[in-house]
Order: sequence, then C-alpha cells, then structure tokens
Amino acid sequence: MSETVAKINIACIVNGARQRVQAYPMARLLDILREEMHLTGTKEGCGEGECGACAVLLNGAIVNSCLVPAIEADGSEIRTIEGVASGDQLSAVQSAFLECGGAQCGICTPGMVIAAMALLARHPHPGDAEIREGLAGNLCRCTGYQKIFASVVRACKTSGEKLAGTR
Amino acid sequence: MRAYIPAYDLRVPGSLSEALALIGREPGVWQPFAGGTDLMVLLEAGKLPHKKFLSLTKLADFRGIECTADAVLLGALTTYTEIQAHPILQAEFPLLCTAARETGSIATQNRGTLGGNVVNASPAADSPPALLVYDADVELVSERGLRWLPYHGFHTGYKKMQIAPNELLRAIRLPRRAQQWKQYYRKVGTRKAQAISKVCFAGAARMENGTVRDIRVALGSVAPIVLRAVKTEAAIRGNRITPDNIAAAKGVLAREIAPIDDIRSTARYRLRVAQNLLQEFLMLLSR
Ligand SMILES: Cc1cc2nc3c(=O)[nH]c(=O)nc-3n(C[C@H](O)[C@H](O)[C@H](O)COP(=O)(O)OP(=O)(O)OC[C@H]3O[C@@H](n4cnc5c(N)ncnc54)[C@H](O)[C@@H]3O)c2cc1C
Ligand code: FES
Ligand code: FES
Repeated sequence: MSETVAKINIACIVNGARQRVQAYPMARLLDILREEMHLTGTKEGCGEGECGACAVLLNGAIVNSCLVPAIEADGSEIRTIEGVASGDQLSAVQSAFLECGGAQCGICTPGMVIAAMALLARHPHPGDAEIREGLAGNLCRCTGYQKIFASVVRACKTSGEKLAGTR
Repeated sequence: MRAYIPAYDLRVPGSLSEALALIGREPGVWQPFAGGTDLMVLLEAGKLPHKKFLSLTKLADFRGIECTADAVLLGALTTYTEIQAHPILQAEFPLLCTAARETGSIATQNRGTLGGNVVNASPAADSPPALLVYDADVELVSERGLRWLPYHGFHTGYKKMQIAPNELLRAIRLPRRAQQWKQYYRKVGTRKAQAISKVCFAGAARMENGTVRDIRVALGSVAPIVLRAVKTEAAIRGNRITPDNIAAAKGVLAREIAPIDDIRSTARYRLRVAQNLLQEFLMLLSR
C-alpha cells in the first residue's frame, strides 16, 4: 500500500454556514460536500470536468467541484444547490425549471440551475447564444435541452434575479 | 480506476521563495499544480503516477495581466475568464481571447490557466497557436533567478519542453505589435462546445499594398507539438495572394505538418482541414 499523507483542516462557508472538516489535500471538493457535509444535492456525472453535474459556485464563480482539490476550499465561500432556495421559497430559476419541465430524472438539474444562475449574474438579459454558451458545460441525458433552454428564458423574464459577485 | 487519494500530497506555499526552495531542494519530486483542470482529470482516471504536488495558487507574482507601452505580461495563473475580460487583450490579441472563449466550458474557463495550458504541452491545446502567432516569450523562474525564452522553440517534442524540474513558468509576454496585422483563428472540433480540437489554426499577417510583408501561421493537433509553420510562412512572405500562391502554400503546409490518426480524427482529414483553413486565412488577407 502507498504511503499516506495527513488530513488537513478545512474551514469554509457553505450556503452561508460555517463548516469545518478534515480531508486529504487532494480529495475532491465534490466528495467533501457530499460525504463530509452531507450536501448530496451536488451530483457526480463524469468525474472529469465534462458534464457539469457537480457545478457549484466557489467564491462566486462557477466551477466543477470534481476538479477542485479540497485544500482550495479552505477559506472559501461556496454555494451549492441546497443554498439556492430561501427556505420554502424557490428561486426564479428553480421555479422556471418546474414550470417549463426543465427537469426529468434530475441528475443534471442541480448543475443546470447553478449554471443558469451564474449565467444570469453575468448577463441578466442573455441572448440565445449566451444561454447556449452558459449551459454548454452541462450535459443532460433526458430532456433534449429544449425545455432547459426554455426554463432559462423564462427565468430571465421572471427574475431580475441577481447574485452579487457571481460570475 | 480512481487514484488512492490519501497517497497524494498537495502543498500550498505562501511565497515564491518558499515554492522555489521546495522544488530546488527536491527537483522533480514536486509537480506544480495550477487550476488542476488537466491534473484532476488524470487523478480521477488513475493516471497520475506523481504523488507530490505544489499548488501555485497563493503566488501573487503569478497572477494578473500587466500592460506596458510595448508588451502585455500575463501571469501564468491567468485564467481563460480573465483573458476574455481584458480590454487590451480584446482589442489587440483577439486570437487569444477567441482561444480562451473556445476552451472548455465557463466552469473550466474559471479554473484553467494559460500557464497550465502551455506546460501541459498537449499538441491539441488551443491557446498555444495564438501565442506562437503573437511571438510570445515565456519567463521561467528558479532559485537561480529569471530567464526569458522565446515561446517558439519552448516545446521540443511530444510533452518535452525547455523547463527544468527546479523551474516554474511565471509569465507569458506578448509584444504589442499585432494591431496592424490581419488576424484569423479557427478551431475545428466534433461539436461547437467543449470539444478537443481536431485541428486548430491561428494566423496573422501584415499587408502592404496587397503584398504579405510579414506573416505568422501556427497549428494545433497536426504534429507532436503545437507547430509554427515557418516554411509555409516563408512561402507566402513577400508575395501577393493569388490562386497559384495559395496552392503553392498549401503544398508546403502539407509537407510541413505531420498529422496522425487517433481517436479524434484521421491524418487525412486533418491534412485537408489544415489546408482549407490556410486557404480561408489567405483569402481573408486578400480582402
Ligand atoms: C472539460 C475540459 C475541457 C477542456 N477543454 C480544453 C480545450 O478546449 N482546449 C484546451 O486547450 N484545453 C482544454 N482543457 C484542458 C485544460 O483545461 C487546459 O490545458 C488548462 O489550461 C490547464 O490549466 P490548469 O491551470 O488547469 O493546469 P493544471 O492541471 O494545474 O496543470 C497542467 C500541467 O501544467 C503544469 N503547470 C501548471 N502551471 C505551471 C506553471 N506555472 N509552471 C510550471 N508548470 C505548470 C502542471 O504541473 C501540469 O503538468 C479542458 C479540460 C477540461 C477538464
Ligand atoms: S462530475 Fe464534475 S463535471 Fe462531471
Ligand atoms: S434530466 Fe436527466 S440528465 Fe437531465
């Protein structure tokens, strides 16, 4: 068996709450969120940066958490799908996905919602090309994308939703 | 199979001197880690034999885009998102901005760095053709000090390059003289978004009364390294753009590149597309 390194302390703010965990430095942020913090809304699809199911906002920027080593979460602020609604009040993006049938099996949905939020923060009134670009990193095996696209178009109309500091 | 994560170390030095001391003491033991968009994929695939990594993220000297009268200096940690957002890069170095926009998804662009793209040394990388066309230099730093190298010649063979194990890539410098040049960039992949290039082409030329005074041509995915096509350039430099000259240049290009069959494409397809892109670029010059 290979030598092992010591776990490190990681302190970060996730969905507004302070979190402290111990993890191996190269552990994936995805696994820390799911297995240490029990935030299982963030999904794993490919594990190699291609599908976007694991997307979260790290210091306001959308990243694929399967490609972020744990050590980089230390001192950061993270937002996952669990932090998108306020209590029972869904965000505009979430409501739009419900209304337009933008989710079927739901595996891609947390990442799609995060990508849509990041898009709307960059372009509050995105054109078709911007919507396609904003969702290009998120794969869906079920919907054929049309309803996801329609959900984002709807969210633009209903929201005016802005997330300060989100890229 | 996934890697055994507890076996991997990742240190985060707070200063450049600390980082350089570590790789100076144990050269080759500590591999640099920037955005991780290449390394984490290898880790997940169980293809990362290296076990000790040195994160560059806290090195302030490696960040930021600095502009002087005659050059733009990009820290190695500059992300694709930062490249696209920079007004001077947009105005004077559109090929690099296009390459950045066509690299992966927004999530990848937020993490992936220009320095990582250079040192990862994939022959299919999308920014290096732009860097070659712009006559970029690279700055390497070690405990001994700094050295500058022309980026053209930095890659010496497949995944081989002129960087010692005790050195880090600190910055990439672009001379500010491309403004008057006509510029062209096109990446050809399987689909529009998130595709790895089958062929990637960057070109720039300075025209004078219909004659090509100076020219740069660089291609990805057609050789073991991203290639500056100097022979093709020489065949065009000093000439006007005529059908005969275009045909001749395409012939020279065919002999200069060495595309292969692989999972993404075939040598034949790549050759044809590379020639067509050259033609499209040359036609643009004649307009
Ligand atoms: C989904 C996905 C899509 C992608 N699409 C594209 C694409 O379209 N085009 C493309 O070109 N690439 C693409 N990539 C590859 C990757 O994103 C780029 O190569 C990126 O620029 C790598 O930068 P990084 O900082 O993440 O590198 P890392 O993974 O951190 O490092 C890559 C290599 O460079 C070395 N290194 C990094 N920085 C330094 C430094 N300053 N000094 C010395 N060595 C250093 C590391 O040791 C390692 O060998 C994609 C990757 C993913 C996951
Ligand atoms: S699981 Fe991270 S991008 Fe697919
Ligand atoms: S809803 Fe099933 S993958 Fe998108």
